[in-house]
Amino acid sequence: MSRLRFILPLLLFALLVAVFAIGIRESPDKDLIPSPLIGKPAPDFSLPNLTDPAQRVSSTQLRGHWYLLNVWGTWCGSCRMEHSMLLRIKQSGLIPLVGLDWKDDRDDALSFLKQEGDPYATIAVDRDGSEAIMWGVYGAPETFLVNPQGIVIYKYIGPITEQAWTQQILPRLPMNQTAAAGASS
Amino acid sequence: MIPELGQFALILGMLLAGLQAFFGIVGPALQRDRWMAAVTPAVSGQFVMVATSMGCLVASFVANDFSVAYVAENSNSSLPLFYRVAAVWGSHSGSLILWIFLLACWTLAAAVGTQRLPKAFAARVLGVLGLISFGFLLYTLATSNPFLRLDPPWPDGESLNPILQDPGLAGHPPVLYTGYVGLAVAFAFAGAAMLEGRLDKDWARWTRPWTTAAWAFLSCGIALGSWWAYYTLGWGGFWFWDPVENASFMPWLMATALIHSLAVTEKRGLFKSWTLLLAVLAFSLSLVGTFLVRSGVLVSVHSFAASPTRGTFILAFLIVMIGSALALYAWRAPLLKSDAGFELTARESFLLFNNILLVTACATVFAGTMAPLISSALNLGKLSVGPPYFNPTFLLSMLPLLALLPIGIHARWKRGNLSERTRPLILTVIAAAVIGCAIVFGLFTGGRVLSPVGVALGVWIILSSLIDPLDRLRRHITIPRAVLGMTLAHIGLGMFVISITSVEAFTAERDVALAQGETAQLGAYDFRFEGVQPVEGPNYSGVGGTVIVTRNGAPVGVMHPEKREYWVQHTVTTASSIKMYRTSNVLVALGQDLGDGRWSLRLQVRPLVSFIWLAAFIMAAGGMLGISDRRYRLQRAEAPAIAPVAAITRSEPG
Repeated sequence: MSRLRFILPLLLFALLVAVFAIGIRESPDKDLIPSPLIGKPAPDFSLPNLTDPAQRVSSTQLRGHWYLLNVWGTWCGSCRMEHSMLLRIKQSGLIPLVGLDWKDDRDDALSFLKQEGDPYATIAVDRDGSEAIMWGVYGAPETFLVNPQGIVIYKYIGPITEQAWTQQILPRLPMNQTAAAGASS
Repeated sequence: MIPELGQFALILGMLLAGLQAFFGIVGPALQRDRWMAAVTPAVSGQFVMVATSMGCLVASFVANDFSVAYVAENSNSSLPLFYRVAAVWGSHSGSLILWIFLLACWTLAAAVGTQRLPKAFAARVLGVLGLISFGFLLYTLATSNPFLRLDPPWPDGESLNPILQDPGLAGHPPVLYTGYVGLAVAFAFAGAAMLEGRLDKDWARWTRPWTTAAWAFLSCGIALGSWWAYYTLGWGGFWFWDPVENASFMPWLMATALIHSLAVTEKRGLFKSWTLLLAVLAFSLSLVGTFLVRSGVLVSVHSFAASPTRGTFILAFLIVMIGSALALYAWRAPLLKSDAGFELTARESFLLFNNILLVTACATVFAGTMAPLISSALNLGKLSVGPPYFNPTFLLSMLPLLALLPIGIHARWKRGNLSERTRPLILTVIAAAVIGCAIVFGLFTGGRVLSPVGVALGVWIILSSLIDPLDRLRRHITIPRAVLGMTLAHIGLGMFVISITSVEAFTAERDVALAQGETAQLGAYDFRFEGVQPVEGPNYSGVGGTVIVTRNGAPVGVMHPEKREYWVQHTVTTASSIKMYRTSNVLVALGQDLGDGRWSLRLQVRPLVSFIWLAAFIMAAGGMLGISDRRYRLQRAEAPAIAPVAAITRSEPG
């Protein structure tokens, strides 16, 4: 059976190819990554508030508004890259950003926001990552668009770009909000 | 006209690469001399065509030809000429052209370098390289043609992503790719040996310089990338364990293992099948890296615009290249016999541990990079992996590696007798421990448990590396360049360990809000904020702050951090100001305007951080010095090999 160890690399490689193949099929495109949550109610949660841990951020408070849930962490390089885009989304005033600070250090997060500006209306803390699992988070950053009824409308994986904002997220907002966007730009 | 010429040259290049592969692989198999003789002309032709194509793409960028879709998407008439050229590889299609061009350069170099090797072997090496070129050219033409025209042309381009508008971008990808692609040569040598079914010490000696050269470029490329991240992302971080960083780091770890395993194969004719496997895996990992970056299966800072067709095509290419190489390995490797043995404390054992630990480190990085993908493919739920996983697991295999190095370089081949070097080794380890503790507890205060260990290990590696060259110098024995190169590379590694430890342990940073004239303190440093004024760049405008930095009252310098808004994309970037003072890097980044003339500022002092990159360049320089050793210069009529081992007595380079 000593030949087996020479065949082993090939077998492992075949396994890897299978994973890649599933990877391509499952996520052919950032826009098309299916999230089982889309069209379904967002998970209910009640988490400590980053700026004031005594307060809580909960899904019931957020009912009745459109919001973007943005999963981020200071350890995540891509999140830093999308930061200036988030600040511009905040500036547009079209939709509030709710941060989900994921597996992060509180001091790091606070000093990051102080330094780079805080785009979020409110930030929930997910220290151990269990809430992110409920949302099916694949890797930070991820952004979920949630409607006033608490239904997940859209999910974007990776740093939000100008293109994603104007072509994917804005068109999904109700008419009066996008009309305002057209006027402001 | 020029884009069409470029595309035409690309198609001709692909056909020539096909011929090169066919004649190079089939020629020796059928023993057709004239077929084999056609390989070198095909290589030259392919090079000329690919270079022409690359030139045409550069010309389109320089001429602001916005009728070319790729130019329009990645350049702009307000972009300075320097960045218009760098923008060629700023995105997916163009970076593939760069990849192919560099592969053509390496192939040409290999054609020259293998001239004195047996004809059939040389033809096979070039044949395998031709196969890789063909695959990449086909991929580019089929899915990512950079010469496609727009109708009507755009009046102006969308410009290059602002964070890529930096001198670092001009250097990082070409150097990194040169390393990535260079591993193809080692892969081709392995492929040729397997096709031939023969692998001996000569093979290892031929392969070593190519591997080391690719490794040196890879080291520089990774260092440049990390440096670029440090000063452009505006946050002072230099390594994020991002999937794409890992994609370049894994081949580096494999190549490092391969360099050391080749040493054993060259000196002792051992580890043959293992060396082959490493040569195959090192390049395979660069291909897998390419797949990860371009297929869209993983999301990262570096991701190119992804599409499923591209992903599927690269996957097919991976299956053909890596699959066939590993199948060939499964078939041929059992035939390679290593007959010599060695004792437990002989140098072979140390290099075996080196290999095991490096491959383990690579496997942990691989597992961390792939885990999100695997767990989602198997429906085990989603997960994301970051520094909390990578740092400790990587350290777990690195610490024993670093601790074994200073002893291993003094072990002899075959016999495990360390006695003559025991004394200097004990002296150096004591000296290192004293220096380590003195630096950590004396000069600085605090630090973590691992800090004195890290500094001491680094110092020990440096001191121990110096024993042998100093010994030779004292006894007036000439030091071969290979030994010098190895010494230099290991000193670089020692420096690297010391600087990483110091950065991890002694970085001081603070976020402050200052109004004009106010001062903030960070350790012994004082930062006085002198307010902001508008700045105008060639294609951006913004604000620049002035911060006067002093240390214990002595002036360090005036720093000008900027916040820039690029006109075309409306993107805001942070251009932090970095000044080196003594051995520390002082960084000031401008944050938000808090109103009333107050600004948030990030202040950071990272001791020795520049030495991380310097150390990487020293390692690379060591590699290059090693390559220049006499014994790698091939004699005419190489077939009955000269005996390289006999001439040198002791303490050969690892």
